[in-house]
Amino acid sequence: MSRYFTEDHEWVDVDGEIGTVGISDYAQGQLGDIVFVDVPEDGKQLTKGDEAAVVESVKAASDVYSPVSGTVIEGNSALGDDPSLVNSDAEAEGWFYKITLTDTAELDELMDESAYESFVAKL
Amino acid sequence: MRYLPLTPADRHEMLGVIGAASIDDLFVDVPDAARLDGPIHGLPMHASEMAVERHMTALARQNMTAGDGPFFLGCGAYKHHVPASVDHLIQRGEFLTAYTPYQPEIAQGTLQMLFEFQTQVARMLGTDVANASMYDGSTACWEAIGMARRITRRGKAILSSGLHPHYVSVARTMAKYTGDALVTATPTLTADTDIDTLIAQIDDDTSCVVVQYPDILGRIADLTPLADACHAKKALLIAVVTEPVAMGAIRSPGEMDADIVVGEGQSIGVGLQFGGPYVGLMGCKDKYIRQMPGRFCGETVDADGRRGFVLTLSTREQHIRREKATSNICTNSGLCALAFSIHMTLLGEAGLRRLAAINHAGACRAADRLSRIPGVRLVNDLFFNEFTIDLGKEARPIVRALADKGILAGVSLGRLYPAADALATGLVVAVTETTSEADVEALATALQEELA
Repeated sequence: MSRYFTEDHEWVDVDGEIGTVGISDYAQGQLGDIVFVDVPEDGKQLTKGDEAAVVESVKAASDVYSPVSGTVIEGNSALGDDPSLVNSDAEAEGWFYKITLTDTAELDELMDESAYESFVAKL
Repeated sequence: MRYLPLTPADRHEMLGVIGAASIDDLFVDVPDAARLDGPIHGLPMHASEMAVERHMTALARQNMTAGDGPFFLGCGAYKHHVPASVDHLIQRGEFLTAYTPYQPEIAQGTLQMLFEFQTQVARMLGTDVANASMYDGSTACWEAIGMARRITRRGKAILSSGLHPHYVSVARTMAKYTGDALVTATPTLTADTDIDTLIAQIDDDTSCVVVQYPDILGRIADLTPLADACHAKKALLIAVVTEPVAMGAIRSPGEMDADIVVGEGQSIGVGLQFGGPYVGLMGCKDKYIRQMPGRFCGETVDADGRRGFVLTLSTREQHIRREKATSNICTNSGLCALAFSIHMTLLGEAGLRRLAAINHAGACRAADRLSRIPGVRLVNDLFFNEFTIDLGKEARPIVRALADKGILAGVSLGRLYPAADALATGLVVAVTETTSEADVEALATALQEELA
């Protein structure tokens, strides 16, 4: 399994054709206490760059853009009861949705973990 | 200081850019005959203040106001008694604003009043939550349809034939721009509502069913089977209450599992005032609060642990979420909501129930009396304070004739549905605590003469 990042601070873990999407630990730190997450429903078709989810903190409401194209197979329902999971565990338990990728070549345009680390270091 | 935004040189330059020689060139599309070339034709020139006052008073005297005689008009706007204390209190300087607070937290009194208002509305409509009010019942109704679209991600709303036609036309205007499909129908002069028809129409594309309770003819139906049918298809039930006093006598829509309940609050504390300003009521189930439009006031504690109020969940609103907001409404009907809240506070639950009982009893007496007139048929014998009678002949000219005798007999269905011949004989009669037995007798006598 490999992990990719976008410049908008989303991450996607890819296992075969299934991707799991969330926002980075850096992003959750910038947002502050997260109070609400709106995740996409099963079956929603997304094109890379589409608004896929909304994350709302005490500071701001932000859109989450899909790092890859595909069909959503599951939204993380745990975030409905406990949106603070995104704060406590952004890159694991705080995932937003799982998606079936339509084009794995899109991953080539994303950053790997070390590239993202140097990207964030420059911000 | 005078405000002069543009100099003649500015204007000249701007006209040059767009290729016009003069400002008049911008109006060439307006036909000559429609352009004003001097004083408005037929309008007298200025007169003294006293002369104008005398003239206007004479004009106003030609009006027949609601209090001038027997009055039975309803259909969404009701003549109820507004205690003098309501007007006195809303005019206190601490309260007097028509508008929503924009620097809200410094106005704790205003916020507390809105919080009380929300609590009253939620309890009255039977919903978990209510917002700080909308413009009026019809816009609240449309906002509920938009809200159902966002929640269900479906675009077809089924509107009951018993929904006020003005509410339908507001929805139609808005749907033109959002692309929502509206299924509409015209009511029939029968005692039964269209609940069964609505249930049969719900499909997998339906976002919501919108039903008025009591409906435009005054009929009342148990909404529970309709709510169940909506939920079975994952659609929402929206209930519309145009006469909130009814909630003092009949089960609230929320108790019958409606998902969103909206209403017109004019009946409580707000006078008829020529059709507005009124106050929209809106409540919903807790789980839908994020998709609700309008302002919310929430209760909290300050740094010292003292009770305080804030505007909350503002990220739904336009000033934060821009085009992704739940609505372009991020205001409320502050002054009318205050009047509603003060009247509700004066009434209390016991007072509201007593007021509702008086309304219903008066309507029952009126229905009995009117249906004894030869040629008059009572359409619905299940109603709150408003019922429909079938006069057997066109109601509109009869209403006109009675108005000439100083009696406002009710709303003729021909006026609300000019294209529906089958409804032309229908007359909707509203009775409130302001209606005396002498008023009913005057109506009955005059109506009998007209029909003879």
